[in-house]
Amino acid sequence: MKLTGAQALIKSLEHQGVEVIFGLPGGAILPVYDPILDSSIRHILVRHEQGAGHMAEGYSMATRKPGVAMVTSGPGATNIVTPLLNAYMDSTPLVVITGQVATASIGTDAFQECDITGISMGITKHNWLIKDANEIPQVIAEAFHVATTGRPGPVLVDLPKDISNATMEFYTPEPVSLAGFKQQIEPDASAVSQAAELILRAKKPVLYVGGGVIKSNGSAALKILVEQTSIPVVTTLMARGAFPDSHELNLGMPGMHGTYSAVIALQQSDLIVALGARFDDRVTGKISAFAPHAKIIHADIDPAEIGKVRKPDVVLLGECRRSIEELTRALTEKTAEANKDYKLPLELSQWHNTIKEWKNKYPLSYDRDAKDVLKPQYVIEELSKRQGEDTILAAGVGQHQMWASQYWQFNKPNTWINSGGAGTMGFAVPAAIGAKVGRPDKTVWAIDGDGCFQMTAQEIVTASAEQIPVKIAILNNAYLGMVRQWQHMFYEERYSEVYLSPDLPDYVKWAEAMGAVAFRVDTAEEVIPTIEKANEIDDRPVVIDFRTDVTERVFPMVPAGASNDEILVSAEHADSVIQ
Amino acid sequence: MESKNHHIVSALVENKSGVLARIAGLFARRGFNIYSLAVAPTNDPNLSRVTIVVDVEASLLSQVVNQLDKLINVVEIQELKPTDAVERELLLATVECSLSKRTEVIQIVTALGGEIVDVNLSGLTIEMSSSPDKLDALEELLSSYGIIKLQRTGRVALPRLTKESDTYTNQLKLA
Repeated sequence: MKLTGAQALIKSLEHQGVEVIFGLPGGAILPVYDPILDSSIRHILVRHEQGAGHMAEGYSMATRKPGVAMVTSGPGATNIVTPLLNAYMDSTPLVVITGQVATASIGTDAFQECDITGISMGITKHNWLIKDANEIPQVIAEAFHVATTGRPGPVLVDLPKDISNATMEFYTPEPVSLAGFKQQIEPDASAVSQAAELILRAKKPVLYVGGGVIKSNGSAALKILVEQTSIPVVTTLMARGAFPDSHELNLGMPGMHGTYSAVIALQQSDLIVALGARFDDRVTGKISAFAPHAKIIHADIDPAEIGKVRKPDVVLLGECRRSIEELTRALTEKTAEANKDYKLPLELSQWHNTIKEWKNKYPLSYDRDAKDVLKPQYVIEELSKRQGEDTILAAGVGQHQMWASQYWQFNKPNTWINSGGAGTMGFAVPAAIGAKVGRPDKTVWAIDGDGCFQMTAQEIVTASAEQIPVKIAILNNAYLGMVRQWQHMFYEERYSEVYLSPDLPDYVKWAEAMGAVAFRVDTAEEVIPTIEKANEIDDRPVVIDFRTDVTERVFPMVPAGASNDEILVSAEHADSVIQ
Repeated sequence: MESKNHHIVSALVENKSGVLARIAGLFARRGFNIYSLAVAPTNDPNLSRVTIVVDVEASLLSQVVNQLDKLINVVEIQELKPTDAVERELLLATVECSLSKRTEVIQIVTALGGEIVDVNLSGLTIEMSSSPDKLDALEELLSSYGIIKLQRTGRVALPRLTKESDTYTNQLKLA
């Protein structure tokens, strides 16, 4: 069958099972937009290419399928660089297709030319510049294979305009075999055995659960392991929902703004079982002071993560879910051996009691009796209470994100969509839209900051036009709140360039102008009725402008570069320590 | 010149455009200076062998090697310890050399195993292929005559063959 390169591309995407492309056309990608009219694939026309990338990420994080975005050359391509970085840092499988100027014009500074394969080299797992239309089916097959195999991540395919217009004979691609692309799925049996021995002998073990558990669909396996052993669990920012918050052994999020019990349990642990986590600096604090007495079992699919930050005692190289399952099996086997006095669940009552004391002494807290001001934590708690377990929550980056992670009850995987490693402000609105496109059956909320909202709010137009009814709660404190918090604590309250104003823009008018229903909430009394109103709307986007307390800071907090032992549990504690 | 932080990385890579940029990019990102680099196709024209000498601490290097190994185009990669590798490098040097000094220079070059590959009334071009430390010695000797231009290829290296006895032992183990 003779096809144009453009037709071959769309057909190849159909063969990969692509249901939706987030994109925006332009000169160099024009040929590909023609066959889209005849394709079963839904195209969502975004208002800015960054939105296309984040929507594809949100779609992927909600569905566990690769997200696909398509943009034109030059500025179209550079506008999607931020989502590529974001997806690279958070291991989200994305296939981004960029138009390119005709092959004869490459390197001549042609109109809208950009070396996007060069630019994206360091923030993609791999990228391809297609130089022959005959390569298209094979390269697309390779692109999806690379994006979704092993540690997932973004890839980019750059398609020159003359290649889209050329004709080729369409074919079904060969099964992908790339000599330099090897994955170890099954963990080494003797390492599993050693890990099980360490677990059975541990007195103060912690399961340090990272995003790899969600990526590998390992939540069910994890629950079995926890119930088998009774080891307490901490779930990183990328792993919220991997293990239910309602479970008494879940200590919540570790790290810079983690719960006291999660941070200190890791710190005092004698065995950390890292499952698909990468010892990020936001988790470890000062690395030389991190969990000084802990032995480390590190389960990860990416060999480059092993020993990158902390040298492990046992390495489980392989798919996270498989490592968890194998641990469970090995633990059962070892306990059954007659000559050993191993016991399951482990005898950890002392450790459990210590942790319970920490939990009781230092729970997450804010001033619940505050009059006259609306506490952001209260808004999130009330929002969370009025959702089913299946509701998906997206967030931007900053204070609102940390409060969302702390106060929202996550009980299922793939219900929390946020920007972890890259810390991309403006992620929430487009990511929520992408999630809703992927899971139209679920309610999707975004919790956003006023600073973040202003970066990507125009995608609400996309949501209105495409009838994607997402709900957005802006925690509007009129500031770039996290930066303000740091200036408060570490720059002697010298606030530099962080004030945004509560009513410039007028968020209600702006949201309405973009086709959304919008509400403004100033007082605590209005919170519940307004959330209930928003929950009932299902035919268009909803935006609520919550005017929250300007002065509220995120606690607990481990100051940057400090040891986790120096955790500040509250504003009073912080102000007494930092003079 | 020869620093104790020199490490050799030997990689078998796909012979495709852009591969060198991907490899170099991973070093540049961490601010590691590539001391020398040699690339050429192998007996399989689809593959090239790259030998990189880099000046960096071993622990930092292993991170880069792990990252390099993740590149789709890198088929195989290993760090080579100088003691476990055969290394060679080629040097070309044009030396200022009046007729009166000519015999002296030629003697030095021949004594070290080099050759004269070009000559005119005022100078000589010398070629020598050897281990990097011998080339360092030659370079030092020639510098007193005045080196006008110098080019070294950067070292190429292959792992040393295992001793026959080791191979024999391995075979016994396998059997």
